[in-house]
Amino acid sequence: MNVQMEGSQAVAEILACCRPEVIAAYPISPQTHIVERLSAKVARGEIGRCQFVNVESEFAALSVLIGASASGARTYTATSSQGLLFMAEAVYNAAGLGLPIVMTIANRAVGAPINIWNDHSDSMALRDAGWIQLFAEHNQEAIDLHIQAFRLAEALSCPVMVCMDGYVLTHASEPVDLPDAAHVDAYLPPYQPVQLLDPNDPVSIGAMVGPDAFAEVKYLAHHQHLRALDLIPELTQAFEQHFHRQSGGLCSPYRMEGADIAVIAMGSVIGTIKDVVDELRRASIPVGCIKIGCYRPFPMLQLRGLLEGVSRVIVVEKDLAVGVGGIVSADVQRTLSGRQIPVHTVIAGLGGRSISTSSLKQMILEARAERLTEPYFLDLNKTVIEQELARRRDIRRAGPVAEHILRTMNVMGTKVS
Amino acid sequence: MVTAAELLAVAAFSDGKYAQAFPSFGSERMGAPVMAFCRIDDTTIRTRDAVTCPDVVIVQDATLLHQVDLFAGLTLRGFVLINSTRSLNALHLEEFLSALPVGHVCAFPASDLGLKYLKRPLANAPLLGGFAALTGLIRLASVESAIRQRFPGEIGEANVASVREAYDHVTALTAEQQGILRR
Amino acid sequence: MSTERIKFYQTGTFTAGNRLLDEATRTVQSRVDRTNSLNSGHRACQGCGEALGARYALDAAMRASRNQLIAVNATGCLEVFSSPYPESSWQIPWMHSLFGNAPAVASGVAAALRAKGRDEVTVIAQGGDGATVDIGFGCLSGMFERNDDVLYFCYDNEAYMNTGIQRSGSTPPFARTNTTQAVADHPGNPVGTGKNVPRIAMAHGIPYVATASVADLHDLERKVTTAIGVQGARYLHIHVPCPLGWGSDPAHTMKVARLAVESGLFPLFEAECGTVVRSTPIRRKVPVERYLELQTRFKHLLGPPQDTNAIAAIQAIADANIVTYGLWG
Repeated sequence: MNVQMEGSQAVAEILACCRPEVIAAYPISPQTHIVERLSAKVARGEIGRCQFVNVESEFAALSVLIGASASGARTYTATSSQGLLFMAEAVYNAAGLGLPIVMTIANRAVGAPINIWNDHSDSMALRDAGWIQLFAEHNQEAIDLHIQAFRLAEALSCPVMVCMDGYVLTHASEPVDLPDAAHVDAYLPPYQPVQLLDPNDPVSIGAMVGPDAFAEVKYLAHHQHLRALDLIPELTQAFEQHFHRQSGGLCSPYRMEGADIAVIAMGSVIGTIKDVVDELRRASIPVGCIKIGCYRPFPMLQLRGLLEGVSRVIVVEKDLAVGVGGIVSADVQRTLSGRQIPVHTVIAGLGGRSISTSSLKQMILEARAERLTEPYFLDLNKTVIEQELARRRDIRRAGPVAEHILRTMNVMGTKVS
Repeated sequence: MVTAAELLAVAAFSDGKYAQAFPSFGSERMGAPVMAFCRIDDTTIRTRDAVTCPDVVIVQDATLLHQVDLFAGLTLRGFVLINSTRSLNALHLEEFLSALPVGHVCAFPASDLGLKYLKRPLANAPLLGGFAALTGLIRLASVESAIRQRFPGEIGEANVASVREAYDHVTALTAEQQGILRR
Repeated sequence: MSTERIKFYQTGTFTAGNRLLDEATRTVQSRVDRTNSLNSGHRACQGCGEALGARYALDAAMRASRNQLIAVNATGCLEVFSSPYPESSWQIPWMHSLFGNAPAVASGVAAALRAKGRDEVTVIAQGGDGATVDIGFGCLSGMFERNDDVLYFCYDNEAYMNTGIQRSGSTPPFARTNTTQAVADHPGNPVGTGKNVPRIAMAHGIPYVATASVADLHDLERKVTTAIGVQGARYLHIHVPCPLGWGSDPAHTMKVARLAVESGLFPLFEAECGTVVRSTPIRRKVPVERYLELQTRFKHLLGPPQDTNAIAAIQAIADANIVTYGLWG
């Protein structure tokens, strides 16, 4: 059914069709609309015997799901930013125990400074915990990825994060096709646990593992992720057969035929990049873009194949490895090992700053002309930076950085350019 | 304001258009203007950046008019709709009157219409009615159905009544502007 | 296996023990068919009160729940000594997640069972004082506040023992731990700190709260059985001596536990919906010194010279408990 709907509301609707049995929720912007709508649906009895647990923290939210999943229930929660970090211990625990929990990450910057807007620093902080990480380009894909996520998680006994850009997608109203419950049922069978807390067949889950076996347990988790690289294309193919559209996948090329320059990115910025690619192609500049749909496991083989004829790569990412530079670009570098082509790291959109088509276009042209610094911070306000650095050089008791920058910017005025 | 953008998107959807509505990215410190954006097109909208060159600016809070550059990037044939009890002249917007095509700028008391029909100074629905009249980009019937979808029952009908009056009001105002020019 | 009825005239005293009791009133531990939920072969220290307490509590719970039980365990001594890879001494479905989340994980198990219509299964969450009083406190409070159908056992040995004897929010005043050492003019754990979690549980208004001790098996089992029969959030705080951490003789575990009860320092009581409804009277009152002198964690108070102020302060706590809970007279 085609509807014009806010992303969060659409996700809640599709979640209901996936028949979760236990949902735990702790509110955090910008995920709140998802859990609010789900709580109403549960209360109205629209999700069978599903239990909605209002927990006291994100750590509790994931912990509740760990217990529920181990007891054979299909489980779901959503969080962002500070909340994801607050449950960090449980995130590793869930992956280590092999529990097929599905969690929406409404991507939001991690403070300090506190910031409620979109970037990828939250998912990036937990990228190596052992969860599969999928990124949605638009709200249709956000919905579809949740359906795929449950099937993927349960097939591999591995938890899955579905990442969708906070506000940019969660709070964006756009047209989506909401599959009905019957269609989802046909694609997503009931959960059959690999391990189960059952009084009739007792097992011990979560034992301590020493040096003699820890490496083997970790290797097996790694092995499951490698299996995911094969399973995800199968699942997306099956998805296409059921729902008649392409959604998800390891990575998706756009106008890469004959492309000399490849722009690589994840999430909603891909939409903006596609517009820029079209504009540049009209000006006969051979650029294409590649969307990474599955970030963990990292689709190295497939990406390397897509980059075969390319002589320049630009990675646009909404995150920063402080003191290093790019995170995604490092994975891309590793993918291209052995090939000596320039890989540019473009740090953009931190803390929710809008990534404009004009800035992207300008950046690509600069990259082409070998004029980009590495890493390159898109639309960085250099004047403010220089002023702040000078001030801190001159005064010891310089005060909080953020406050001063904001004060400076007030005087200068903010501009959306 | 966010609800207005969403309703606009739903109305455009009813008209068979592709629409994208989202809250602003700008600095949201205390006192800063709250903004929402809506894009309407005949084909899929892919871009996610903030709207910097709007074709239409709807101002719900007229006190912002001379404090913040609300019209930055407005296209040459753009439209401006302002919620105000004062006239365009009283708002000191002569600059825009001259730069934009006649009948593209309109100020009307949308909050008062909200008071009249909804007992509270809610400007959203009337502003959408005004938008439909001013720009012709969406049909009045689509605005009404979008509102009824969001606000069922009596509240929906009251909203629709405010929309209709706003639509008629703005139609009359712009006709008057064009009439003055011709004279 | 058949049982013989032996008739004596003195029953229910320590002189003749269980054999004199009616079969129906015998403890679960005395039965051949007890579950032995925590089986032998675990790696607990000699004389570990927690190993005893856990077996007592879980065997009673298994009987009361007709063997339909799932246990969630926090990180700590019990979890570590009971599941040394590749072995497990648990005969029941058992899960260990993290240090601070046992109550939340158990809430999740309960939610899953409710979603599946499995009303007959009991959910137990358990942990030491560190996991319960400190790091898991937020999750504990959340479980209480939601009145989730979980029975929580806290095995209180009054410090973080698994990590080498450090102070917790349950460490009593003046006790020496490795992070509250009796050096300079510090008397061990400062007075005026610490949390009384049974009373905090009561403040949440949950249906059943009780304290118990390994020294009184009947009392403990009765309370477990009562708790199993109640729906909603339930809390049982069990005093378990730790010979290593308390510096007591492993052979004295029961004696030390009994002295804690008889001095009034560890009151035995039950509460329903926030009100104390029953307490177990002290049979034979003892001054706190009898309890303190068996543990090197208090030896700095006993001197010579004796820290009479400190001992008086501890006695005052004991006396206050006796009055509050009506334990004597």
